Amino acid sequence: MDKFTKLTGIAAPLPIVNVDTDMIIPKQFLKTIKRTGLGRHLFDEMRYDDKNAEKPDFVLNKEPYRKAKILIARDNFGCGSSREHAPWALLDFGIRCVIAPSFADIFYNNCFKNGILPVTLPKDIVGKLMDFVRSGANATLTVDLPGQTVSGSEGGPVHFEIDPFRKHCLLNGLDDIALTLEKTKEIESFEEKQKRSHAWLWA
Amino acid sequence: MAEPRTLFDKIWQSHLVHVQEDGTCVLYIDRHLIHEVTSPQAFEGLRAAGRRVRRPKATLAVADHNVPTANRAHGIEDPESRLQIETLGANCAEFAIPYFDMHDIRQGIVHIIGPEQGLTQPGMTIVCGDSHTSTHGAFGSLAFGIGTSEVEHVLATQTLIQQPAKNMRISVEGELPFGVTPKDVVLAIIGKIGTAGGTGHVIEYAGSTIRSLSMEGRMTICNMSIEAGARAGLIAPDETTFEYVKGRPYAPKAGAFEQAAAFWKTLPSDPGASFHREVSLMASEIAPQVTWGTSPQDVLPITGEVPHPENERDEGKRHAMERALAYMGLAPGTKLRDVSIDAVFIGSCTNARIEDLRAAAAVAKGRKVAHGVRAMVVPGSGLVREQAEAEGLHEIFRSAGFDWREPGCSMCLAMNADRLAPGERCASTSNRNFEGRQGRGGRTHLMSPQMAVAAAVTGHLTDVRELL
Repeated sequence: MDKFTKLTGIAAPLPIVNVDTDMIIPKQFLKTIKRTGLGRHLFDEMRYDDKNAEKPDFVLNKEPYRKAKILIARDNFGCGSSREHAPWALLDFGIRCVIAPSFADIFYNNCFKNGILPVTLPKDIVGKLMDFVRSGANATLTVDLPGQTVSGSEGGPVHFEIDPFRKHCLLNGLDDIALTLEKTKEIESFEEKQKRSHAWLWA
Repeated sequence: MAEPRTLFDKIWQSHLVHVQEDGTCVLYIDRHLIHEVTSPQAFEGLRAAGRRVRRPKATLAVADHNVPTANRAHGIEDPESRLQIETLGANCAEFAIPYFDMHDIRQGIVHIIGPEQGLTQPGMTIVCGDSHTSTHGAFGSLAFGIGTSEVEHVLATQTLIQQPAKNMRISVEGELPFGVTPKDVVLAIIGKIGTAGGTGHVIEYAGSTIRSLSMEGRMTICNMSIEAGARAGLIAPDETTFEYVKGRPYAPKAGAFEQAAAFWKTLPSDPGASFHREVSLMASEIAPQVTWGTSPQDVLPITGEVPHPENERDEGKRHAMERALAYMGLAPGTKLRDVSIDAVFIGSCTNARIEDLRAAAAVAKGRKVAHGVRAMVVPGSGLVREQAEAEGLHEIFRSAGFDWREPGCSMCLAMNADRLAPGERCASTSNRNFEGRQGRGGRTHLMSPQMAVAAAVTGHLTDVRELL
């Protein structure tokens, strides 16, 4: 997983509530057995028409947002299914940070496993950021994970909260599995205890 | 005296392997269910790192999302679907994981077969790379959906790194009114608390209505916890639970069962246990429900009308309503029962168990699917299908004009060939009415199996109480 420290890039406004994972990456693209190559299909139904041509009105089909590294959306971003194809598609497109007033739990969690930073900010601040980046000239934002701030050419910096352990893993690009495998002795001792106390789980 | 604890607290605390100073936990996972869509990249990761599967026998695999529901003997036509399912089989063989392939009578939707096989038991932690894993919480187990990286983490370590959730209790009291089902109860709950109402929480469903439900009804309720934003939903295990589990293939055998049941009886929330949030509903106030929009929270009683966005004061919500109505092709003020439909889907991990099919067949019996409507019934598993056929339900469906199919996720998410055409409107017993969920441009109205049959036979959304 790539480290996340400081990101400066174009932020695309997506003023929609409850953006679900079916919208982010529709099911016909879940048949892949790889993690890569999904960026082309990110927001497929909003981005392309029935003939697979770009819809000019969709934000990611417009300059400068075609090169967006940051997405700004409304409440409950990433609701619905657990598909990690959603963060994979964002990442493959080039988006490393999503800013919203709230996120769905599973999607939020999946972001951290892929080096994507989900930033939660109060609704009014997200609204202001969205208005700000709507003018293409102001579309560049900087997200600073060590300092926990978001800033633009005029506004900011705005502070955001993040769980310290998740921040640590993202900053260092740590592999969760390697971290947990360091605790193998504790896992073994848990299992030994459970075999005695809840024997039916091991029959 | 120890602090009173909730059912969730008890399961959580009894599965802690390690707690970091900042509260991050390593949680032990008792059972891991896998399917073809969210597992291939996890196995690939294991291979790349040279890691093994820690407990293959605590893992069960099944192909469900992509499988064809007709002409299965001919194999899978779509090359991508076929490759994904073959990959699952090969991965299970390589890592010695038990696997029900699509020709196994036990094959079915992963959340239907876990309980059916007795693999789902009270007090367990159960995960699966699928958000509807919340279904298993009906047994008083802590069950939630995970992403593929976490699937890999569980395969390698039999644990997950987690932050504790908050406790929420939703109490439903009283007898279910005539024509009202568990699906209507959970849709009414989502309508009340919203699609993000349970975010960050585990929901415990309580109250006399919930206690009186069968296990299958309880599964329907817990299944849609994720549509209320909660990763998991739970119901206290009781005699109904024990009776259901007993004697199933993966259930504890005689002797061990009594020992297990004695433990299971200690699980329900203690009197006085505190919840971060409490919500209550009266069953008597719930009517048959139907969704009108593109979020499960866009739900109303069938007696209602399509709402007017201009009455919504919140700008974000108003835009969402306008967008939903444009997508759904509905005008504000339209009576829901005047909305005509093109297709009917009876199936999914929400509503494809035997009791669902019995209830649907009871309405279908002696009636005909309306002209121009295509309707299908997709049983949740091979064993549900076999049971339904033993009871003659398939004949009732077929003579009414329904297509009787083989088990799988099917048109709930339309990954296989079962899908809506653009603009087609479907009465569906599934769990999500998102844009494009049942096929690009398809329009979904969620409802109970009885309501879906009522719509099938009249050709429009219908109050099933008029047909009972």
